[in-house]
Amino acid sequence: MLGAFFQSMGEIVVLTSQATRELFRPPWEIKLWIAQLDQGGVQSWSITFLTAIFTGMVMASQFAIGLEPFGASLYTGKLVALGIVRELGPVLTALLVGGRVGAGFTAELGSMAVTEQIDAIRALGANPIRKLVLPRLLAMVLALPLLTVMADLVGCAGGIFITMAEVGITFRFGVEQMVETIGVADLLHGIGKSAFFGYFIAIIACWVGMNTRGGTEGVGRATTRTVVWTSITILVSDFFLTPPLPGHLRLSPRFASHLRFAPHLPRAPCPTPPQSSPKPSRKTRPPAQMPGACPAK
Amino acid sequence: MPGEVICRFTDVQKAFGSNVVYDGLNLEIRRGETLTIIGGSGQGKSVCLKMLIGLLKADGGSITAFGQEVTGMTETQLIDVRSRVAMLFQGGALFDSMTVAENIKYPLVEHAWGTPAEMDDRVTEVLELVDMPGVEQRKPSELSGGMKKRVALARTIAMQPEVILYDEPTTGLDPITIRRINGLILRLQERLGVTSVVVTHDMDTVFTVTDRLALVYKKHIAFTGTPDEAKNCDMRYLREFVKGGMGTLDEDLD
Repeated sequence: MLGAFFQSMGEIVVLTSQATRELFRPPWEIKLWIAQLDQGGVQSWSITFLTAIFTGMVMASQFAIGLEPFGASLYTGKLVALGIVRELGPVLTALLVGGRVGAGFTAELGSMAVTEQIDAIRALGANPIRKLVLPRLLAMVLALPLLTVMADLVGCAGGIFITMAEVGITFRFGVEQMVETIGVADLLHGIGKSAFFGYFIAIIACWVGMNTRGGTEGVGRATTRTVVWTSITILVSDFFLTPPLPGHLRLSPRFASHLRFAPHLPRAPCPTPPQSSPKPSRKTRPPAQMPGACPAK
Repeated sequence: MPGEVICRFTDVQKAFGSNVVYDGLNLEIRRGETLTIIGGSGQGKSVCLKMLIGLLKADGGSITAFGQEVTGMTETQLIDVRSRVAMLFQGGALFDSMTVAENIKYPLVEHAWGTPAEMDDRVTEVLELVDMPGVEQRKPSELSGGMKKRVALARTIAMQPEVILYDEPTTGLDPITIRRINGLILRLQERLGVTSVVVTHDMDTVFTVTDRLALVYKKHIAFTGTPDEAKNCDMRYLREFVKGGMGTLDEDLD
């Protein structure tokens, strides 16, 4: 069991190195790269959009309710923005796209393997890693960060809409609050992680697909295996990828103030409440004052 | 008449895990001949072909093609061998996402065979050679089993190989189509002068196209000779094998 695991890891590392070598060996198969970008990236926008907007809305709804007893409902937007940009945007996008695209890659390559099409590519003097693996790997490493950016935007927008309805803020206030909260480092953290997730999805899907045996039944098993392995890898690697990425780097206060993004500065100024005051609380008791929270104006 | 030895297996061993397929395979392929390899299912006949062009690596022994040792070659080094030794896969292995013309052009493009116009001409030429003119724009899914085999054969001969390996070219086809494929193998032999290695279970194919017969039995080549020699061989398994469907059904025949 453990031996098989390490053998798989070794083969995946070898496959990665072979694909990387092909990346620097012209002439490049640009048409194949674009086709995979379209299939894996462009065609995944709708699933990403739906996942992100509903995640943002649900988060906002839950935080608005949960923060209300502490009088901190105004901070709903901040929490939603940080949660989506740093974690849920990249992770949920990767899980969804991994399920959709990863399963597709494995099913396609697995079918080719069991019908000897991959052997035929080799027998005809071509390199299956160059033809099949590299385009998929590039597509996912490029497409997933872009999809994550879209998920961040859409998720935050969904969060703002629900915060507007639940807490009573204006759209402008919601946007300003999120822009103030999210730092460049937070964005880079999420996007950087998603590039790794893209790599994991593509390399696992391709490796499982190319090693498929056992006819159509084998293709089914391989596809399931890819979905399970990519999901677990994304969730586990998310934990390990979190500390070293730029999200934990501190921007210099001067640089951060210059950018007007100051996520890690000593306490940003309290958000200015909107012109129209927030909806009155559904509960009659006055909100408790949180330690360190902004004084009520 | 068959000429010099161009491919040779010497004491080749191959196993998949604990399943030993070959434990000392010795076989020679001579220029211009049609060698047919027969044997029971799962005995490793296709493995033999795949080892010759490096699709599978032998565990031990020596395999040479045109004087070059194949067993230690890298994928890049194998490209030259694979351009001289082409293989027709059992199911055709046509690329589903491509048209017939794109399938046939695939090796031509890979080897920068000529201009696009020359490649188009070559596609038309090889399709006519396999009696399949006018199907250039069709997808493999629109073709019958026999048509797929013929298109795959057209792709195999597009690069003008010196040796063609046929992996069960007639399996799953009706008797008329089997005869047509057998005729094609003979015609290519005559017109192109290629060396053919045919793996098959079909005794019609054996007696139609074969110059020399090899039997894979108990992890090695147990017999080589002409079909007539096979009929009169004192090895009972081989005699029953070459009788095809007319043989006896003995449980102790293994």
